[in-house]
Amino acid sequence: MTLDFSVVLKQWPLLLDGMLLTIFLTLFSAVIGTLLGIGCGLVRSKGPTWARWCVGAYVELIRNTPFIIQLFFIFFGLPGLGLKMTALTAAIVANVINLAAYVSEIARSGIEATPDGQIEAAQSLALDRWQIFTRVVLPPALKRVWPTLVGQMVIIMLGSAVCSQISAEELTYAANQIASNSFRNFETYIVVAGLYLLLAVALRRLLNWVGPRFIFGR
Amino acid sequence: MFDFTLWDIARNLLLAMRWTIALSLIAFIGGGLVGALLVVLRLTGNRFVRGLVMLYVQLFQGTPLLLQLFLVYFGFSMFGLETTPLVAASVCLTLYASAYLTEIWRGGIESIERGQWEASSSLALTFGEQMRYVILPQAVRVGIAPTVGFMVQVVKATALTSVIGFVEMTRAGQIITNATFQPFLIYGSVALMYFALCFPLSWYSRVLEQKLRR
Repeated sequence: MTLDFSVVLKQWPLLLDGMLLTIFLTLFSAVIGTLLGIGCGLVRSKGPTWARWCVGAYVELIRNTPFIIQLFFIFFGLPGLGLKMTALTAAIVANVINLAAYVSEIARSGIEATPDGQIEAAQSLALDRWQIFTRVVLPPALKRVWPTLVGQMVIIMLGSAVCSQISAEELTYAANQIASNSFRNFETYIVVAGLYLLLAVALRRLLNWVGPRFIFGR
Repeated sequence: MFDFTLWDIARNLLLAMRWTIALSLIAFIGGGLVGALLVVLRLTGNRFVRGLVMLYVQLFQGTPLLLQLFLVYFGFSMFGLETTPLVAASVCLTLYASAYLTEIWRGGIESIERGQWEASSSLALTFGEQMRYVILPQAVRVGIAPTVGFMVQVVKATALTSVIGFVEMTRAGQIITNATFQPFLIYGSVALMYFALCFPLSWYSRVLEQKLRR
């Protein structure tokens, strides 16, 4: 057994392209998925009963089915209803829908931990409901759940590897291409696993820096 | 031309479901055994051993499961060993589950106050006795809900083994779709079947969690 990494590393432009798409896919889905998830979390803790029930059904359905099936359903199944998407769009849609379901539960636990006194104090200052939510409830709620939220984003980034299966050209797709044209499967996947590890560490650092600085204050 | 009736689809998916369940059990039981060993090493080992266990956990939690599957599958042949998708999937998911279970259980054990360890060691209990009579009975209460919750993750993880050619529910769904061209119906049914497996576990995990909080 000999390991030969040079053939793999020689194809770095493919790896770079794949990595950039994985980063784009993750960040784009993370932003939209988080916003949607916070909305769902709000509905689930404060909305009318029927809306709570709908969001609850969505969250449970997503959390109790594998991501790869959600992806296949969106990419292969939905065209049957006339909803055709490119692989990349389907990947983004699947990531957003998946992340939002998890964020909804995380956000809800943060929102529900807000002491009533703070909301009453804000009401007595004549803030309207939107102001109360965005300025009084949300920032400390996000601060409370930030570590869990960051963990979830990392999970989404790692999970996006599955999007290679519908030929979205992200990092794992690049890996499969390199593996098949170099016949160095093992070496390729070692290198790419290392890249994912790097991305996971970087994403964690980035979010731990962005959170306190720009999102909920110190 | 062979015609697939609705019953054929349902029957084939249900037959494949057995493999999803079997693989989940293998991964969970295997992962539990390896995980238990790793927790002991993590708690009793010297700094080097503890570092290794932590690295192991980080590696599995910081890389995609899909790549772990590829690495195990191609790793076997790299070392000149014959392998089948079932063996590769079992080995990989066992390792994967062990990494997560180690973390969950370590959290449960470390949530027990230091005083409990000190008091029991002042009674001259050995490490095994401390674990058996003092720590575990309390730690199990803390760890059971996340452990059941993690079983959901294991069941969902088995879906990825379709990629290395193991015929469980997802792969069966793909094969039937290729024959019938009804992806909406089939992937929808497969999703519902996973839901039927996972939802009771999620629900039970939540019940346990609430029981603990009271």
